Formats: sequence, structure tokens, C-alpha cells
Amino acid sequence: MASITLEGLKKTYAGNVQAVKGIDLAIEDGEFVVLVGPSGCGKSTLLRMVAGLETISEGTLKIGERVVNGLEPADRDIAMVFQNYALYPHMTVYNNLAYGLKNRGFKKPEIEARVRNAAKMLEIEEFLIRKPRQLSGGQRQRVAMGRALVREPAAFLFDEPLSNLDAKLRVQMRVEIRKLQRRLKTTSLYVTHDQLEAMTLGDRLVVLNAGQIEQVGTPMEIYARPASMFVASFIGSPSMNMVPLAYLKTQGQSTLLDDLPPDTDTVGIRPDDLRLTPPEAIHLTVEATLELYEAAGAESHLYVQLIGSKQPTVIRVSGQPPVKEGETLRFYVTRQALHPFDSASGKRTD
Amino acid sequence: MVENRPLLTFLTHLILILGVLVVAFPVYVAFIASTHEPGEFVRGVMPLLPGDNFWATYSQMLGDGWQVAGAPPVWLMLGNSTIMALTIAIGKVAISILSAFAIVYFRFRFRLLAFWIIFITLMLPVEVRIIPTYAVVADLGMLNSYAGLTLPLIASATATFLFRQFFMTVPEELMEASRVDGAGPMKFFKDILLPVSITNIAALFVIMFIYGWVQYLWPLLVTTDEDFYTIVLGIKRLMASSDRVPAWNLVMATVTLAMVPPVLVVLLMQKLFVKGLTETEK
Repeated sequence: MASITLEGLKKTYAGNVQAVKGIDLAIEDGEFVVLVGPSGCGKSTLLRMVAGLETISEGTLKIGERVVNGLEPADRDIAMVFQNYALYPHMTVYNNLAYGLKNRGFKKPEIEARVRNAAKMLEIEEFLIRKPRQLSGGQRQRVAMGRALVREPAAFLFDEPLSNLDAKLRVQMRVEIRKLQRRLKTTSLYVTHDQLEAMTLGDRLVVLNAGQIEQVGTPMEIYARPASMFVASFIGSPSMNMVPLAYLKTQGQSTLLDDLPPDTDTVGIRPDDLRLTPPEAIHLTVEATLELYEAAGAESHLYVQLIGSKQPTVIRVSGQPPVKEGETLRFYVTRQALHPFDSASGKRTD
Repeated sequence: MVENRPLLTFLTHLILILGVLVVAFPVYVAFIASTHEPGEFVRGVMPLLPGDNFWATYSQMLGDGWQVAGAPPVWLMLGNSTIMALTIAIGKVAISILSAFAIVYFRFRFRLLAFWIIFITLMLPVEVRIIPTYAVVADLGMLNSYAGLTLPLIASATATFLFRQFFMTVPEELMEASRVDGAGPMKFFKDILLPVSITNIAALFVIMFIYGWVQYLWPLLVTTDEDFYTIVLGIKRLMASSDRVPAWNLVMATVTLAMVPPVLVVLLMQKLFVKGLTETEK
């Protein structure tokens, strides 16, 4: 077990393409940190740099107190779970788990004990004699986890491990990964593009965009106070509505908006902060036309167009919408639910 | 795709059966000829049923050979051919899988150049470079030796290329996973890559064994000593005896015997061979 420290980590590919543009991050011992961002944001590259599968162009990487920049993956005391599992197809599950231990010169009884223990923990004991191709996707995923587990490494690295599973299994494995990590308290770095996976798994999230960190924080911190318009629209589903401040001011009650910071020109509103009934607190009222609505069971998403603006907006309500498509309805939003942004810099202004 | 059209089934089977006949009939005739008296085959009416000379012919060929035509005993030539074909097949597989491994998994200077140089040798088979190759082998004193017979034929661009294409379809994550698992390059090669390529190796081995077995021109050039004659050479010598009608029964017996080892190799490795040519699952 160990902390992981990234200092000014950069990755430059041939042709001067910068995939990772200077990342500073301190992951504490036993912490579960999730790297999240859209595809191409450099999150996988960053993880692979930590793993030692990509060279580090600039900066320092420490695992524990040791600088590991030049070390082979095997010498970094990490274990990695790959997106496509990367199980050795010709080996039985047992040998897949044991391979890393054998290479490290563990004695047979020790290997046996560790493999059995990991298999028990992941409930794959009955598959130990099978080959990977005889297993289902979820079972392969467990074997891939087991291969990381038996090593008892200083850190686990996960590269989108759940993205090849179907939706139901993904939720199930997500919970299991979380439980397992809680129990083992092994430092973990997890890459995903799925913001829900990120929110539910991480002690802390690192939102990446274009090779840079947009924001670091606990899932709820990031959800409640996104530091930029990028984070605001990336975290949360459906994503946050961005309404021009000028438009809101034309809707009356503009005095309410006067205390927003001076640079503010855009206001972010979460779909669930738009209410159909007027709240007690001080609030704004907005009128809109219902264009489309999606019923998602417990909730529905209303796609509306604000009257007097072309801005498409999403509202999340429980149950059915009060009006038919094409009709007008009224929404209320409290002053506290507004997230002020400066659209030029993309940053939060308060 | 499952089709159920009787006429189509009949037609396809007919074509296949005709094909089999075209291939199998000459083989059958060769075998029949080897069981008759020497003159029987050229009398005008070819017999189509086995004669009673089987033991006499085969024991002569396997035992003494036919010294009049300068052909050593068949078992010696079969042995030579087997050694040659095996050495070529194993050598080709070993060399080409290692070069493909280097080209695909290592980033070194002039990697692409190395690949293209190997690739270009595809255009230079032995027949094209036979004189210089002969000169080199002669200078090295390898005439009339197994090394001389096999070494010049071992380097193989085709096999290297095939392994390269196969390695490129092996997911990169396997290599990365084994790196994380503490395996160095050669350990990865031995523990992961070789077992994963086993069907391709088998397919290539069969093809290369046959390639080695049917070599004629090269053995003809580098062997003058009867002890190093290969079976294909022997057949030619049996037929080329001057002033006489060839002893067709002996020739055909040799031909039949010459077919046995390649057929055995194909039969024994058939399962792996077919898998190697068709399997896509990794």
C-alpha cells in the first residue's frame, strides 16, 4: 500500500502532440481516485503512465516514497485491470492468476493459497480449471480482477474495466469493486468515461479535459460546485442547462440576479433544480414550451424551449408532465440553485 | 448458411467427386504399376488391378535400391528427405517467428527498413539466386552435407510475413498484462506468444515440410554423393537411365513410398493445420 504522487506529469508524442499537459495530483494511501473525462482527454494515457506502459515525457511520478519514472511496470508494485481483460487465452484461470506470482518467484504453496483466497473472494473458485474462453463476460472480468488481487500490490489501476459489460452487470460489478476496495483498502486509480460510474465509485474524482485537470474533489463537491462549464455539463445526467444571463434578466425579477459576480454571463441550472411548483425560497419564474418528453420510469425528462430564447433546456421531474407536447408551462428555480459562469473563460465566477 | 436444394447438393458433390478422381486416379495408377512386372505398364493396356509383384518390388527398392540406375536404397533417400524437410520446416518456423517477434514487438532503429528488406527477399527465391547461392555454399565447403542442403532454403520472408500479420492481431494488452505480471520480452514470447501461435506454427510447419520435401533443383546442385540423395532426386535418376526402358514398377514403387511421409505429416497435423488456417478467435 502506498500513496501515488504525480508532479507535473506530461506526455508528448512524436510530432509534438501533447496528450497530457502537466498533471499534479496526490493520491493518498488507500484512496479510490477516479479519472473521468470524455474520450481523448488523456485519462487512459495518464493511467498507463502510472502503470509504466507509456513513458513519461516530463515530470515526476512517485509510488510511496520511490520515484518510479524509469521502472518497468513489474517493478512498480502495481496491478492493472484492462478494458478487454487481457486474460492469457491458453492458460486456465488458475494459471492466469498464478502467472504473475510465478514470475516473481513465489513458492508453490504460497501461490496456491493466494489464488484460492482471491478466487474465493471473487467467487470464481469453480472456474479455476477452465480456460477464459469458456467464461462469460462477467466471469472474465472477475478473473481479471483476481489477477490484480493475488499480487497484493501497492496500488490497483483500472482502465475502464466495466465498459465491455452489459448495463445490469456493470452496476453489479461496480458495487463489488467498491466493496472490495473498501475491504482491502488498496490505493486505486480508476479510469472511466462514465460519469455515473465515477460518481458512485470514487472517494475523489479528477475531471480531465484535453490533457489537463479541470477539477478535483469528492463526487458531491464536484456535483454541487462544478468549477467550470465543462465539469458542469460533464458531471450529472441529463447535463446541466446553460442559460444566458441576459435572457434571465428579461424575465423580470432581475434584481434577484444583481448580486451575481460581475463577470457572469451564463447561468447553469441542473435539470432537477427546475421545479413545476413554486418553492418557498426566493425564486425565478421561467416560461417554456414543452417540445418532447421522455418517460424514464421513476422520473421523466422534459425537453423544453424557453420562451423568447432558442436555448434548449432539460428538466427532470418525477412522474408525468402536467401539459401535452407543444403547450406552455411554467418553471421555478431558487436563487441558490444558480451556478454562475463566465462563458469566455468557462470558469465559475463565484 | 444452410441451403436445402437437392440439385445444388448433387452438382457440388459431383464437382467435388470429379476433382477427387482427377487427383486420386494417377496416384492409384502409380500404386498399381508398382505391383506388376516391369514391362506390364508400357504394354499398351494398363492394368487397373493390383498385380502379384508387390513384395518383390518394394523389398528391392527399400533394400538395395537399383544400382544399375545409380539409385541408392529408398530408405536412405527417404531418410535424407526427411532430415532435409524437417530441418527446413523447423528452421523456417524458428527463424521467421523470431524475426516477426522482433519486428512487431520491439521499437528499434530501421525497424521498418528491416521489415522491407525481409519482405523484398520474397522476390528472390532460390531459383533466382541459385548460382551465387551455390558459390557461397561451395566456398563454405558445405557441398554434400545436410547443412548445404538446408541452410540456404531456411530464411523465409513468407513465414516471417505471416507471423507478423498474426502477431499484429494479438491484442497488445496481452503483452502489457504480462509486463505488469513481471515477464520480460523472452518470457512473454515463450509463455504467451508461442502457445497462442501454436496453430499457426502447425499450419506453417506442414506447408514448409512439403516445400522442403519436394525440393529438386537445389539438392541436384549441391549433392553429388549418393549418401545425400533425396527421394525426389532418386526418382529422377531411376527414370533417366539411358538406353533402357525405365523399370516403371520400381519408379512407381519409389513414387508411392515418397508420398508416405508428407501424407503422414498432413494427417497427423491436420487438426491443428486446419485450425491454424481458419481459426480467428484469440
